[in-house]
Amino acid sequence: MVAIVDYGVGNLFSLSGSFAFIGQKVCITSDPETLRRADHIVLPGVGAFSDAIAKLEESGLIPVLKEEVKKGKPFLGICLGMQLLFDESHEYGVHKGLGLVPGKVLPIADVIPKDYKIPHIGWNALSFPKPSYIFRYLKEGDFVYFVHSFYGAECEASVTATTEYGASLTAAVQNGNVYGCQFHPEKSGEVGLKILKAFCELEGSTC
Amino acid sequence: MITKRIIPCLDVKDGRVVKGKNFLGLQDVSSPVSLAAYYSSHGADELVFYDITASSEKRSLFTDILKEVASQIFIPLTVGGGIRSLADFDRVLKCGADKVSVNSGAIANPDLIPQAAKRYGDQCVVLSVDIKRVDGVFRVFAKGGRENTGMEAIEWIRRGVENGAGEIVVNSIDTDGVKNGFDLEMLEKVCDAVSVPVIASGGAGSAAHFVELFQALPKVDAGLAASIFHFGEVEISDLKKICKQNNISVRE
Repeated sequence: MVAIVDYGVGNLFSLSGSFAFIGQKVCITSDPETLRRADHIVLPGVGAFSDAIAKLEESGLIPVLKEEVKKGKPFLGICLGMQLLFDESHEYGVHKGLGLVPGKVLPIADVIPKDYKIPHIGWNALSFPKPSYIFRYLKEGDFVYFVHSFYGAECEASVTATTEYGASLTAAVQNGNVYGCQFHPEKSGEVGLKILKAFCELEGSTC
Repeated sequence: MITKRIIPCLDVKDGRVVKGKNFLGLQDVSSPVSLAAYYSSHGADELVFYDITASSEKRSLFTDILKEVASQIFIPLTVGGGIRSLADFDRVLKCGADKVSVNSGAIANPDLIPQAAKRYGDQCVVLSVDIKRVDGVFRVFAKGGRENTGMEAIEWIRRGVENGAGEIVVNSIDTDGVKNGFDLEMLEKVCDAVSVPVIASGGAGSAAHFVELFQALPKVDAGLAASIFHFGEVEISDLKKICKQNNISVRE
């Protein structure tokens, strides 16, 4: 079973729907026991980093999530959920993240040309600097759907996919069993479903 | 490199897709769910659903359809029509919409855009504007293009973006349904005024009109159309091939 962490942030309808569509058992939960029982954990998120990390802290789920990651359970952060994985974010002040992937979250405005629109919104192509299991069904140049104004920086060792938007931006990261996608697989059509399928095929040490 | 988006728009009334010429004489076309699935599998980059159901008692029919679409189609969905309050945002977002498009509701309630942007983020709030030339001035029209608000359109759009609108749909009433091409003059004015994505709507009659749009105005991010797609006059996959042949970056 895939557990989608419900901490009051974001619209989980499409995300749970896409797992259901590929025939995967899925639940949206804020129950620690369910998260422990799950084979895979997905951390979603939209909106501002500071709000999201505050809500995640309020939920009391951070220790459980970290324990499950430590046990080797496949863990996927999506969009803001990926940004939460880093050590810190510089979105409206400096905020501490989960520290599951080394690096920090910075504004894309720092690296893209002035005449590029922010947020980076729409379909953009992926490049893979190194292989990652969750992209095993993809090919170089496959398109996915992005909506973001901040990006993962100083995380070179973990970057598994990049996209070009006036600069090379981090599109995905992996640190052991922790995966993150800046784009929305659940909104990326067939390509996105292939990523979720590969993620579900990962076997953690406890499942 | 970010691609230009091709967006079919589905006007939904009482559970069915309709399309009017100049907003009048609505004609039944097809089922929203089957049409959405067709578009999604044939290269649409995003779908827009406008709920043009007049009566509030039939609103739940629309959200049922939206749920059905969102559980089968995994590309971005924008929903508009009858969005007047945060409760309306909430209602459609819970059914699987990714973005919510406001039009008359933002005119009636100036706090709607800033409040929605604060709660759901700028990326969720799309300002859709129906614009018509009146004595040489671009004016904002409300209520499905029937009522001249007297507001100057470019200023209205600029203010909308300042208040948190993350995307603009520019719908030219002058070119809508005429199938003679997008309103390039109007779109250029909007692109010059704002830095958020601009979606062109109204006037597409052929694939060449999309090529003309993206070549003449590289700052336009997306082209939206309804009837030419619904009636099969232009296949999205063919349209994308033609765009590519003309060096316009599109998702394959």
